[in-house]
Amino acid sequence: MSDNNKEILLEMRDVRIDGYSDDRWHEIIKGVDLTLRRGEILGLIGESGAGKSTLGLAAMGFARPGCKISSGSIKFDGMELTDMSEKDQRNLRGSRICYVAQSAAASFNPAHRLLEQTVEATVQYKLQSENDAKQDARALYKDLQLPDPENIGDRYPHQVSGGQLQRVMTAMAMSSRPDLIIFDEPTTALDVTTQVEVLAAMREIVEKFNTAAIYITHDLAVVAQMADTIKVLRYGETVEDAPTRAMLSDPQEDYTKSLWAVRSIEKQAAPSDDIVLEVRGVDASYGGSVKVLRDVNIKVPRGRTVAVVGESGSGKSTTARSITGLLPPSKGEILFNGQPLPAALKNRTKEQLQRIQMIYQMADTAMNPRHTVRDIIGRPLQFYLGLSGTALDRKVLDLLQLIELDESFMDRLPAELSGGQKQRICIARALAAEPELIICDEVTSALDQIVQEGILKLLLRLQEELGITYIFITHDIATVRAISDEIVVMFQGKVIEQGSKEAIMAPPYPEYTELLLSSVPEMDPDWLTNLLAQRAS
Amino acid sequence: MSDSNNNQSTNYTAAGEVTLVKARRSFLENLIRTLKSAPPTAWFGMVVIAAYLFVALFAPLLAPHGEAEVFPLAYAPWSDEFILGTDALGRDVFSRLIYGARNTIGIAVATTLLAFIIGGSLGVIAAISRNWMDQVLSRFVDVLMAIPSLIFALMLLSIFGANAINLIFIIAVLDATRVFRLTRAVALNVVVMDYVEAARLRGEGLGWVMRKEILPNIMPPLVAEFGLRFCFVFLTIAALSFLGVGIQPPTADWGSMVRENAGLIQFAEYDLTAALTPMIPAAAIALLTVAVNFVVDWFLHKTSGLRDE
Amino acid sequence: MHPILSTVIQRLGLGLLTLFIVSIIIFSSLEFLPGDFGQAVLGQAALPETVEAFRRELGLDRPPIERYFMWIGNVLQGDLGTAFSGRNASGVDRSREVWSMIEPRLMNTLFLASMTAIIAVPLSLFLGITAALYRNSIYDRVVNSTTLTTISFPEFFVAYILILVFSTYFKVFPSLANISDDTALGEKIYRSALPAIALTMVIVAHMMRMTRAAIINLLASPYIEMAELKGVSKSQIILRHALPNAWAPIVNVIAFNLAYLVVGVVVVEVVFVYPGLGQLMVDAVTSRDIPVVQGCALIFAGTYILLNLFADVISIITNPRLLHPR
Repeated sequence: MSDNNKEILLEMRDVRIDGYSDDRWHEIIKGVDLTLRRGEILGLIGESGAGKSTLGLAAMGFARPGCKISSGSIKFDGMELTDMSEKDQRNLRGSRICYVAQSAAASFNPAHRLLEQTVEATVQYKLQSENDAKQDARALYKDLQLPDPENIGDRYPHQVSGGQLQRVMTAMAMSSRPDLIIFDEPTTALDVTTQVEVLAAMREIVEKFNTAAIYITHDLAVVAQMADTIKVLRYGETVEDAPTRAMLSDPQEDYTKSLWAVRSIEKQAAPSDDIVLEVRGVDASYGGSVKVLRDVNIKVPRGRTVAVVGESGSGKSTTARSITGLLPPSKGEILFNGQPLPAALKNRTKEQLQRIQMIYQMADTAMNPRHTVRDIIGRPLQFYLGLSGTALDRKVLDLLQLIELDESFMDRLPAELSGGQKQRICIARALAAEPELIICDEVTSALDQIVQEGILKLLLRLQEELGITYIFITHDIATVRAISDEIVVMFQGKVIEQGSKEAIMAPPYPEYTELLLSSVPEMDPDWLTNLLAQRAS
Repeated sequence: MSDSNNNQSTNYTAAGEVTLVKARRSFLENLIRTLKSAPPTAWFGMVVIAAYLFVALFAPLLAPHGEAEVFPLAYAPWSDEFILGTDALGRDVFSRLIYGARNTIGIAVATTLLAFIIGGSLGVIAAISRNWMDQVLSRFVDVLMAIPSLIFALMLLSIFGANAINLIFIIAVLDATRVFRLTRAVALNVVVMDYVEAARLRGEGLGWVMRKEILPNIMPPLVAEFGLRFCFVFLTIAALSFLGVGIQPPTADWGSMVRENAGLIQFAEYDLTAALTPMIPAAAIALLTVAVNFVVDWFLHKTSGLRDE
Repeated sequence: MHPILSTVIQRLGLGLLTLFIVSIIIFSSLEFLPGDFGQAVLGQAALPETVEAFRRELGLDRPPIERYFMWIGNVLQGDLGTAFSGRNASGVDRSREVWSMIEPRLMNTLFLASMTAIIAVPLSLFLGITAALYRNSIYDRVVNSTTLTTISFPEFFVAYILILVFSTYFKVFPSLANISDDTALGEKIYRSALPAIALTMVIVAHMMRMTRAAIINLLASPYIEMAELKGVSKSQIILRHALPNAWAPIVNVIAFNLAYLVVGVVVVEVVFVYPGLGQLMVDAVTSRDIPVVQGCALIFAGTYILLNLFADVISIITNPRLLHPR
């Protein structure tokens, strides 16, 4: 909770930052104010391109190459950073203000041991002797619940896992006992089950030393666990500032509400026995002897959505590749409308290919940047249905209207579309083939919340109108709730369970499903506290 | 916070989503815009290249004398009739310089084109197929590249004999290895893209994927590479001709002209212009290479800048 | 086995295999000669018996595979065969052993190459690293455009400019690098100065540009930004964070350019009439003396492969991921 009696540690007034692109300077932070008191944690939330990281780095007086702080005041503990010499600024970094980066694996120097890197700044500033600093670092490793805290520091960065590295980086930031730590999306690259552990460790240590922090993320549920106050940022401007609980219970701005838009959709699941696709006892491997899939069985009812959930490496995308024939199974078979499909792509008929379509996670790379929307949607029409000339144009236009776009988009290139529009064009391309089944591989995870909501609603509407079946691959439980009829949980290449949404989402859970579901952060500031208490008992 | 942002969250429409739609321009407008923004070095390069092409195309009209026309006056000094004097056999150096543009540039362009046709097509095929053929081609190229190309060229020329046709084929094949590597590498970056997978899932044939999906996306680096390869080929051929195993007399060629007149350098004390005679074809080679390098440098800067957007 | 050792052994094995295949290619150059080359070497007046004896001496009556193994066996013992030149139609054979022709020339070339390397390597590393550190400064731009111009110059142009300026106009250095075994070292260096400077100019331009690119690439790594955000000073960032990771790219640049030196040396030797291997090879190509060409090609290619192999091994043993396996 914010406490107005505490001393102000960081104060930013009307900060403006310019970025250089397209041969000129653009304003990317447009006059933001920020106040942080000692011992307080500020959550900085916003979607991609909102300027969160840029603002976070500015709190250290730092601008990445190609950026410059053009005006405004940044006062840290009474000192004006924008007036300081380069050297004085540098002397604050690593001693009084520290930084925890998103990609731990890339941010550690591969040539030095973790312990040396942890104490580097502390020793450099002569805050402690090298031996004391190392002893202290080992204690910090222990506080952060790293395995084998005495010896883990003797390892090299590539020898420990991502979640562990992220905690070592927190220890590195904490080593000099700074007044302020900037956490820049520290858990974004981690799986949900690992994220919980790292979040808990970070929160505990920041509390222990009463360090102030700025926690940058795009995930409101995560920031709710960490922050006392939340600042919502969009297009380089502040949208809303509020204490965490007030923000969650009573957001003032529509944009803030839209940040959890996906959680507002909930589909009523409907059972069905008409099976369109069946994956039967499939094993698969990428060459070599290591199996990526082991005895996978999945049934997909017609006109319904089957969500395949699991963490990275669980084999959910590999399952999709096996169904499409890109990675022929080494064992088992895939039945489509009761008929076995040839295992390999090249042995399938054009008609079989037409019936199963695919939509990708990154719409950017799923469309040829040199083709126009007309080419992209028109090609399947031409290829499968043999359309040409005005008939082709008319059909492309129909499809554009179906996905809520108009003819002004016909001749645009992918680079001239927004993220949501790109994904819509990909959906239209899949629809153009008049498929029975569409495999959606994390189709919303790269999109902003409000855009995700639009895409999910569109998919639901299309299913209602056209009776299309979806296999929906995702790691996001909110999306699963929004769209699925049935759920398949995968872990280490195996199907843990398959069943209706109601059955899977309600206890009793198998062990892994329990872990997975309970690790998904909720919009409740007490969620992490409760979860840890529950797990401890 | 601005009102437009507000409206968007309340009345969300897919079509209204904010996009950076660039103003559409015709090809010509784009070209003019691009040229206007070119730095002076690039302008210099383009003007020089244009001038060379002009001289190469209209050599017979521009040259005062014939390519191999012999005058009974060996090592004539610079004069109105023989602007740069004559060589050991009494041929007009200035005319040979002009004809040399046509021969030297022509042979280098032909060689580079051939290298790109061989290396480029094999590179794209290797990148798409990723099978035993890719393995065989890649290993073969590794071995060929393990021998310095000038040494390899010298060896092959000693076997097959030095003439223009052999020269073109030998250098083209040796240079194709580098083109192969680059094309394969950039094509591999495109092959892993989802849109190529989407095309394969649709059931498209190899030819379509190559032409429609891959080729348009690997053109910018290949165009830049064409410039760099041209410089390399041009310098290699010049070096071989200079060594006397490249383009053979009486064909006028800058590399051999340097060799033929090199002895004049010793007379710098007595007649500086004579000493400059062998330097002029060498400078002609250098100037064109500098010009191409400047243009390629600008082009690379331009295309890599676009990628950052 | 330690992964470093196995990776190095693997790499050495691959290098040997490359050498083996390259030796086959060089050997088979003899196979592509036209059938009547015996006549061409010995002259039109040669008797059929003389031509036949010559062919037998080359082993052309035996199958190629057998001949290859005999040839490579001899090569490994330092016997590169006998030159074509010096033979004539009458059958009188005044040809010389290829190795005896190559050996003194090789020493001269090595002398020139090392002299160049001693100047060029430190100079270009210095220029490349400083240009990368002061990127986009005036200094960087000047160095950059100068080197871009220099790499566009043919080697012989650079060489003749040097001769024109330092030899014929200002008589500082001799234009002909006339050296032999009994030339004293100081004299040798003096006479080789111009060829060494010419080579240096060409090599430095390439090496400097590649060093600059490698360092800039390295400085863009997230761990360098992290070090900056830890308040590490500029000099410490370079020494502690960049340098330990820079060995591999820098050694690669050096090896690549020393290998390039091998090629540049041919042209420069011809310009200065320097009695080196390149000159010998060009003469042999002109007179189509295949055994000499083969010998020279083998030595040039071998040096080139070994240098690259050396760079590979260095980058393997400085790679922390391999040094400290999981």
